[in-house]
Amino acid sequence: MARLLVGLGLVIVFVAAQAAFTIGEWEQGMIVQLGEPKRIIQEPGLYFKMPGVQNLVRFEKRILTTDAREAEYITLDKKRVLVDHVSRWRIEDPLQFYRSVRDRIRAMARLDDIISARLRQEIATHNFLDLIRENREEIMAVVTKDTRETAKAFGIMVTDVRVKRLDLPDEVQASVFARMRAERERIAKRYRAEGEEQAQELRAGADREREVILATAYETGEKLKGEGDAEATTIYADAFGKDAEFYAFTRRLQAYEKILSNDTTLVLNADSELLNYLQSPGTARGSSE
Amino acid sequence: MADGWQNQGGGSPGDELLQGLEDLKRTLQRFTKGAGVWLIIGAVVLLWLGSGIYVVGPSERGIVLRFGAVVAETDPGLRFHFPWPIEKHVVVDIARVRSAQVGYRSSGTSGRTGRGNTRTIPQEALMLTGDENIVEVNLVVQYRIQDPVKFLFGAYEPEKILHSSAEVALRSAVGGNTIDYTMTDGRLDVQEQAKAALQSLLDAYDTGLSVSEARLLAVDPPTDVRDSFNDVVRALEDRDRLKQEAEGYQEDVVPKARGAAAQMVQQAEAYKAQRVIRANGDAERFLNILAEYEKAKSVTRDRLYLESVERIMPNMEKFILDSQSDGGGVVPLLPLREMGAGQTAAGAVVSQEGR
Repeated sequence: MARLLVGLGLVIVFVAAQAAFTIGEWEQGMIVQLGEPKRIIQEPGLYFKMPGVQNLVRFEKRILTTDAREAEYITLDKKRVLVDHVSRWRIEDPLQFYRSVRDRIRAMARLDDIISARLRQEIATHNFLDLIRENREEIMAVVTKDTRETAKAFGIMVTDVRVKRLDLPDEVQASVFARMRAERERIAKRYRAEGEEQAQELRAGADREREVILATAYETGEKLKGEGDAEATTIYADAFGKDAEFYAFTRRLQAYEKILSNDTTLVLNADSELLNYLQSPGTARGSSE
Repeated sequence: MADGWQNQGGGSPGDELLQGLEDLKRTLQRFTKGAGVWLIIGAVVLLWLGSGIYVVGPSERGIVLRFGAVVAETDPGLRFHFPWPIEKHVVVDIARVRSAQVGYRSSGTSGRTGRGNTRTIPQEALMLTGDENIVEVNLVVQYRIQDPVKFLFGAYEPEKILHSSAEVALRSAVGGNTIDYTMTDGRLDVQEQAKAALQSLLDAYDTGLSVSEARLLAVDPPTDVRDSFNDVVRALEDRDRLKQEAEGYQEDVVPKARGAAAQMVQQAEAYKAQRVIRANGDAERFLNILAEYEKAKSVTRDRLYLESVERIMPNMEKFILDSQSDGGGVVPLLPLREMGAGQTAAGAVVSQEGR
């Protein structure tokens, strides 16, 4: 009897263990009865199913990521770009998801296809510069919106699609580098030329300043000299004007002393005023009045 | 007990007695055994309950799950929950600042922020700027878990999401600006843009992560073009140097010119003063002589004349011609050709340069 009870107990526990299951905060489940979906469980907690007949399929409830591999696209201005995109999504309708794509890996592949196709279309209508600049957000908003619509059929809610990397193929990159170098060389030349320009301007300015300073000084100097000469002339005129004849006499004597040097040869007449006493001491002619 | 009944089938009365004793003994044994079983069961139950005790560290937060659903968030301390399989707990460190590296990996074992041994990852680090240039950027993101429930259950692999979102945010920030702006003035601006974009992405993806800092460690031109960029820096320095040299020239020339100018003016002043003073002196001298001359004109005049002659003539070569006796004897001939720069004085006075 006891054995039977124990046995029965064990069976009950076993069946209960088969029947009971928990759904975590991070997951959602679907009960499949003989291949046919019966029940969807999206709230976490303890649940029961019919053992043997019903199976539980679990799905992720958290946001999932599809990090696609880089692919080459062509822009409106016929440039080739390498784009790799990232999409975030969650399984919103497990039944739909189970029916259309069944598991995560297949879902990612489908999403990747959808996004790539949409992205190809969108990139083809934009110029390269718009892609890397202003319109990146806009383009991604459009792609996100369309992908979201399409992915609804898989029971997937797409949060967003983003371009992670947007690069140029290697050979294009080389030409970008060449252009960057050229641009830098141009800037470097400009800086050096600006340096020359400023230097020349400064030097010329300095030279001009020097010339002006010297000329002004010359002007002042000459003026001063002129004043000196003028004043001296006035003084001389005032003084010498008192007896012009005597001035002429004394000034000439001074001049003789200066202009006649020792190696001058003098030819004198014996009857000159200086020597008139030399021959006839008696007849002094005296000095002229 | 069942064994007892089965064995009762065939036996002697003596055996029966023995059997009875044996039964009693067995029952006693079973009783003591039973107590042991209860003890064991009790111990197991205690252990089971004890497994519900857990510790939440000072910087941590505990999450209690009952059959998979979040029922409580617990603060630091010694905590209890119903043991498995009813409840479970997860402890999350919410204070620790974690970091993610974009564009490089530091290979050093120590987790310091200093960039000791780093390796750039070109695929991550090279990106296009808004003016179609390529720049190499390294970003370090410091973050922590703000909302443990979201961190655990909001998104799958939140830290991977953080890394790829950081790339998205950084590329979008760099792509919106020019290379020069990103490398120089706009560095902080780009950094802030990337941080804001990253945080809004993390919020949109329910990661429960909060970015405390996003710092641009390096914004460099790619290695292929680095020389050209360095040359621009050198060119800038050249420009400054040329300017400095010119300023040096200016500072040399102008004061020197001012010095020369001052000298010229001073010399002119000196000339003026000298002229006036000398004129006064000359005038004074003349006036003094004149005063004496007025007193005895003839005598003074002769005296002055003769004194001059005495001073001039002593050492001169002199020829005296007697005009009265034989005037026509000597022809006053001046050999002009032989006189280099001859000079004629008034009257019969001739100066000749001796050779």
